[in-house]
Amino acid sequence: MSPDLTSTDPAGRAGYLQHPPRMGFFTDTSICIGCKACEVACKEWNAVPEDGLALTGMSYDNTVGLGASTWRHVAFIEQPVTAAADGAEGVRWLMASDVCKHCTESACLDVCPTGALFRTEFGTVVVQDDVCNGCGYCVGACPFGVIARREEDGQAHKCTLCYDRLGAGMEPACAKACPTDSIQFGPLDELRERAALRVADLRAAGQEGAQLYLDDPDDGIGGGGAFFLLLDEPEVYGLPPDPVVTTRDLPSTWKHVGLAAAGLIATGIALGLGRRSR
Amino acid sequence: MTQVENGHPDRVPGRDGRRRRRRAEQLMVPDAEFTSYYGRPVIKEPAWGASDIAGYLFLGGLAGASSVLAAGAQVSGYEELARVAKVAALGAISVSAVALVHDLGRPERFVNMLRVFKPSSPMSVGSWLLAAYGPMAGAAAVSDVTRILPAAGTAATLGAGLLGSGVATYTAALICDTAVPGWHEGHREMPYLFASSASCAAAGLGLLTVAPAAARPARTLATLAVPAELVAKRLLLRRLGDVAEPYETGRPGRLLRAAEVLTVGGLAGAVLGRRNRAVSALAGASLLAASALTRFGVFEAGMASARDPKYTIVPQRRRRDRRE
Repeated sequence: MSPDLTSTDPAGRAGYLQHPPRMGFFTDTSICIGCKACEVACKEWNAVPEDGLALTGMSYDNTVGLGASTWRHVAFIEQPVTAAADGAEGVRWLMASDVCKHCTESACLDVCPTGALFRTEFGTVVVQDDVCNGCGYCVGACPFGVIARREEDGQAHKCTLCYDRLGAGMEPACAKACPTDSIQFGPLDELRERAALRVADLRAAGQEGAQLYLDDPDDGIGGGGAFFLLLDEPEVYGLPPDPVVTTRDLPSTWKHVGLAAAGLIATGIALGLGRRSR
Repeated sequence: MTQVENGHPDRVPGRDGRRRRRRAEQLMVPDAEFTSYYGRPVIKEPAWGASDIAGYLFLGGLAGASSVLAAGAQVSGYEELARVAKVAALGAISVSAVALVHDLGRPERFVNMLRVFKPSSPMSVGSWLLAAYGPMAGAAAVSDVTRILPAAGTAATLGAGLLGSGVATYTAALICDTAVPGWHEGHREMPYLFASSASCAAAGLGLLTVAPAAARPARTLATLAVPAELVAKRLLLRRLGDVAEPYETGRPGRLLRAAEVLTVGGLAGAVLGRRNRAVSALAGASLLAASALTRFGVFEAGMASARDPKYTIVPQRRRRDRRE
């Protein structure tokens, strides 16, 4: 039996004929309290080295963003709001724990020239440390700025969705540590159902900005293995509003490369025909 | 209960205010206000060094197009030009290989590039292309200089010419197959810009090193490549729209403007100075320098477009708003 290449199931598409259901994260930012337990648990479990101890001065966020040594990042947004009734000014806090999206159509995986990045049986995307040669292609290819090259070892690193823990039937360290269940782990199908109910509840309660982000299998990355419930537009959290996997345009790019190369060959032939007069 | 002032984030005053006010003053398009996370970039700048990778865009182009020129010159009987172009191709591709390995985070693992073949990765395709092209260009140059195995040398010259057309153009796919807005959005035009810029470099090197009377194919190549490059660059900038800004401002803007002056001046010198060795050589040097400046300009413009979140957010927001 050959793998079903049209399926939206990335593990099946990668050639796993029998595999567990696709696992992922649903990060419900409406109940994130900004405790950063996810950041700490991730670092502890995965032995991720220190990523800087500077204070940014911009907010309570001194982690700044995802990177080679930062696989969970809690964003803090301080937002002016007005009370509907009396027009009084106030502030609301948005907090959100960001992570690798484990895209269905994954640019880092597509462009990796060594095969160091691979699709696991859980549908996640993982770097093999013993293969990566630090070419850095994945870094510029990721539409979310997730993966990066670590100075110390020259290799690319990112969230593995705790591949080792999944293999042992455990949930990822960040989800385990999250005290409010803002980070939920499970089969992606179940998470999507749960998220749809939750966003409907929030909207009914008057949270008009509540929206799901990367839950849609028809979006530019085929949906995220990690998706989010946000209370405002994605760019407010530092997320791209309409990410598209870069390799979606690669067939068109190769076509134009082919035409340009053909133009060069035609030029070479024309030069060869202009025989030298003696 | 409190409510956010306005459902539309782009018009909420004060949100991320410092950043937005400053940005709004710099924007050429007034309606392109946007929100970002404290002005932080959304995507990561590619982890590529300018001297290694922009240098490779130039040298790889020089090598590939020189092989095309060498094949044409050899067939039409311009042996001296053909020899110079073959040696240039070998030299340029050798330095390129060193630069590419040097840019790796783990240079000793460079051979992992040939562990798999992936059409979805222009870097994988390029690695295999270079693995085939490098030895071919080497054989062509060595056979020509040493006059050993001339028939095989001619075959290698033609083979290197064919593969060289790919070496000179695939680098466009290499940079455009990223999330970098200044490169990605130009994926249709970049291959033509790179092909013509590479041809300018190869023509320039021929004019610089060979007497004008013996460099006619190089002059013809410059005559074809310069207008093509100017047109390709215009089309690229038009396609990029707002994202063309990094190509027109700051350091990349200066590099690209200087490149354009040298490109046009180089062609004028090559045509008008076709009986004067010094003018012709100067024109060649000018074309060669122009190609290098173009590649560094394109490289740095892309990097600048990755650093500023507006180039990622504004076009995506517009696309999303149109759809909704």
